[in-house]
Amino acid sequence: MVAAQPKRSPLHATHEALGARFTEFAGWLMPLQYTGAIEEHLTVRTAAGLFDVSHMGRLEIRGRDALALIQKVTCNDAARLRDHQVQYSALTTERGTFVDDLTIYRFREDHFLLCVNAANREKDARWIREHREGEEAEVYDVSDQLAQLALQGPAASEILQLLTDVQLDHIRFYWFEQGEVAGVSCLISRTGYTGEDGFELYVPVDSVEWVWNRLLDAGHAAGLRPCGLAARNTLRLEARMLLYGHDMDETTTVWEADLGWIVKLEKGDFIGRDALRRQKEEGLHRKLIGFEVHDRAPAREGYPVLIQGRVVGQVTSGSYAPFLRKNIGLTYLPIEHTTVGTRFQIRVREREVEAEVVPTPFYKRPR
Amino acid sequence: MATYPEDCLYTREHEWIRVEDDVGVIGITDYAQEALGDIVYVELPSVGDHFSQGEPFGNVESVKAVSELYMPVSGEIVEVNEDLAESPQLVNEDPYGDGWMVKIALSDPTELETLMSASEYEEYVREEKEK
Repeated sequence: MVAAQPKRSPLHATHEALGARFTEFAGWLMPLQYTGAIEEHLTVRTAAGLFDVSHMGRLEIRGRDALALIQKVTCNDAARLRDHQVQYSALTTERGTFVDDLTIYRFREDHFLLCVNAANREKDARWIREHREGEEAEVYDVSDQLAQLALQGPAASEILQLLTDVQLDHIRFYWFEQGEVAGVSCLISRTGYTGEDGFELYVPVDSVEWVWNRLLDAGHAAGLRPCGLAARNTLRLEARMLLYGHDMDETTTVWEADLGWIVKLEKGDFIGRDALRRQKEEGLHRKLIGFEVHDRAPAREGYPVLIQGRVVGQVTSGSYAPFLRKNIGLTYLPIEHTTVGTRFQIRVREREVEAEVVPTPFYKRPR
Repeated sequence: MATYPEDCLYTREHEWIRVEDDVGVIGITDYAQEALGDIVYVELPSVGDHFSQGEPFGNVESVKAVSELYMPVSGEIVEVNEDLAESPQLVNEDPYGDGWMVKIALSDPTELETLMSASEYEEYVREEKEK
């Protein structure tokens, strides 16, 4: 079997011209870095970075029963959303585990946009369609019609305001507006995956190169630089934002991933509700925790995790954290070892290094 | 643009060695550090450790990946670059200078004949890039 060619972003040639180094991620060839992962990470923490995240999947749900369908397949309470509000949630299996995690954008009660993980785009669309029982609602995959940019960092708002008449200080965190950026009609969402203030822009593919270039020009003086997936990964880890397929998947429940704040058992029935209620009553056996390594060696994904000499799991995400300047990561631990301050060991090649459960997020932006 | 100092010899795994009086200074090439990206950790052996030619002697880690280091020649470690513990980015900044990794007392200097010259390595890198 010949491996399928990875998909390319509509900005691929633009990234090449900027000297990007590329990496394959979830079937896409995307920029890994332009100048350097650490420099790009610090740029987002101190000024602003522009990411092409067009690989993300974008699904629309339209129809009279759009809200009811979303309520059935997700565990957070989408009924609490008002028009133009965004919610972080999960598509859950009957076992209360993750089909995917996602953000839900409400235009109106009969029209939503779901932003899902690139690798899960087809699976999610199929899952939602399969669980439609009488609901009058259609699922449309609009991923190929829209590109997606993330403008992230403390200077993001000031930079974007140079190119739009939309009053950005009126868009609160996890809300969105529709408006023009550099003359192009976009969805402007105050969301992100970096732990910083910032925006995600959903842009028609044929205009995205124009918007990308205008943003980089307008923001250059304020320190805006293009950033790749390497920085995106270390930024999200410092902010303890989970990555599907690494930190959680169809084998881990929403409680275990310590995302209980997106589980609303009282909202009415949804797929996985019974399992999640049962697990809440019976208690957890394991939970995802954040750790710091007391060693200069980074503890990477897949490295064995030990308690009293016994392997109890493995690192799900782990890296050198460029802003915090230490080695951090995430792992599932038996519930009795999850309190902050608990010591355990991680096997780094032939060595066992000391690690400690620490409070998360590792990084919280100053307000 | 990668550089290839003439006073070094090179391996196919992108280490360099500079020999003076049967002691070789070893590091990774500019091409290797560039390919790895920002280096955050270098794991090195201890003084007194013995290695054979081609044997792994440590690891170099960037934000994204771990790569093994391979001995260009056989011998005994006589010094390691302690500065890399605190400042692994020296490998990026000055791969042939302050970013050196270990010094080794060569046990068989004839092994040097198996390594590439600067011009041979430059040609080798060119071929690697075309792959």
